[in-house]
Amino acid sequence: MDLIANHITHRFDDLAVLDDVSFTVSAGEVVAIVGPSGCGKSTLLSILGGLLQPTSGAAELRGAPPADSLNPLTFVFQDFALLPWATVEENVEFPLLHAQLTAAQRRALVEDALRRTGLTDFRTTYPKQLSGGMRQRVGISRALAVKPAILLMDEPLSALDSQTRELLMEDFVRLLADGGMGAVYVTHNLEEAARLADRIVVLSRRPGRIREVVAVPMTRAARAEVAARERLLALQNQIWSLIRNEAIDAEREVQHA
Amino acid sequence: MLDRAPAEIAKDTATRRVRFRGAGFVPASSRFGGWIALALVIAIWEAAGTTGLVNPLFLPAPSAIARAIYQLAVSGALWQHVSASLLRIGVGWLLGTAAGIAVGFAIGLSRLARGVGITFISALFPIPKIALLPLLILWLGIGEEPKIATIALGVFFSTAISVYSGVDAVPRNLIRMAQSFNVPFATIVRKVIWPGALPAILAGFRITASVALLLVVSAEMIGAQYGIGAFVLQAGNLMQTDQLLAGVVILSVFGLMVGKVIGWLETRLLHWR
Repeated sequence: MDLIANHITHRFDDLAVLDDVSFTVSAGEVVAIVGPSGCGKSTLLSILGGLLQPTSGAAELRGAPPADSLNPLTFVFQDFALLPWATVEENVEFPLLHAQLTAAQRRALVEDALRRTGLTDFRTTYPKQLSGGMRQRVGISRALAVKPAILLMDEPLSALDSQTRELLMEDFVRLLADGGMGAVYVTHNLEEAARLADRIVVLSRRPGRIREVVAVPMTRAARAEVAARERLLALQNQIWSLIRNEAIDAEREVQHA
Repeated sequence: MLDRAPAEIAKDTATRRVRFRGAGFVPASSRFGGWIALALVIAIWEAAGTTGLVNPLFLPAPSAIARAIYQLAVSGALWQHVSASLLRIGVGWLLGTAAGIAVGFAIGLSRLARGVGITFISALFPIPKIALLPLLILWLGIGEEPKIATIALGVFFSTAISVYSGVDAVPRNLIRMAQSFNVPFATIVRKVIWPGALPAILAGFRITASVALLLVVSAEMIGAQYGIGAFVLQAGNLMQTDQLLAGVVILSVFGLMVGKVIGWLETRLLHWR
């Protein structure tokens, strides 16, 4: 199943946020979206996931999702969006409650998702008892439970410390390794984009337009090797040179607001 | 200091402890302070009464109030008054709470209901509900109904406001999360909005419990033969201040018990906080 951004333009009242953004995320592909602050990255992701109606253009799907997918487009949120009154297990089970599943099927899906994210021993704990990294693992586990075709990740690591970010990045690389699941990964962190994405969509300053789409010419497995570091760094520098001046302008604009 | 020469730093070898400056400004209370203060006030009050420092007609001693409560209990009058008040509070509070929750949720979830509901609530909430008792007597006759309706009205408005405020305060990101998983509307209300609004709803219960207590006493003072309010008024008219204060103590105990019940509910239902 492909996800297509088809000439998406969006305004919040008088504020133009996105301007004619078009690209395609093919099945199993990981696309990162980067750009200066306020360029409409998260707005674009909300539109792609059907949580926001664009002013013009559309988010479209092409092809059928995998037969076992209960929610083809599934979000992983920056702030985790966990139900604080529910245990880890209940949070992971939450999106399955309304699905046409037997209790045994539901249990099996929850078990599998908890196991894949290393949360089996934390099933009865509440979100407030968990660290930020573990909370995001619950968010990822909940997303995996519905067997998504494409994960929509909105700066999923930005609320975490650098060590936890590194550990979760390794988890993302592992989860996306077999190509069975695609992802749109919104981030302001160019290193994360270069580590994870097959292609990087670089947006301009608001209103966000596509400045460039940069392909990452390495497999994700190869990027973990020491020899690849220099090339990845060069790629990050290339992207940074594209957005640096606009990032400075965007920062000044925020300060003057 | 960076501008000092190394030799000067070497000479300055004496150490002194950094003074602790972080004490106070912590919202904590001492464990037994409140009880000790209460016991102290009662003891002083008792001493003032028994030594004749205070005229018992104006302020009877705590022991006299305790005796009055005991006599009321033995004679059966206590239960007669308390049960009459409890029935009015119970029925009035339940009716007002049920209607308030329904209307509060409607306002919180529907644009139309919000537009209509908030206009009416803003117009009617400030009216002292006891002022409506004569009108309610006219409509519903002399009996329990107007008193119960007065309490229900008072409870209704506060409940509706706390419920829709609670619904409004449910983090939008949780609702968006549920929508992103195609969770149906009814399940979002049941599994996200209801538990998310519960802290505000329970906080509202504390307010409505005291509103109900206030209104039952006021209503009983205006038109009732039995009930704590009627009893307090009667005792006041007869200058039986020990009986009057016995009624006040019973009201205070009732308020404390309601507070305990709501506290227990909060502990049970909001343990995740």
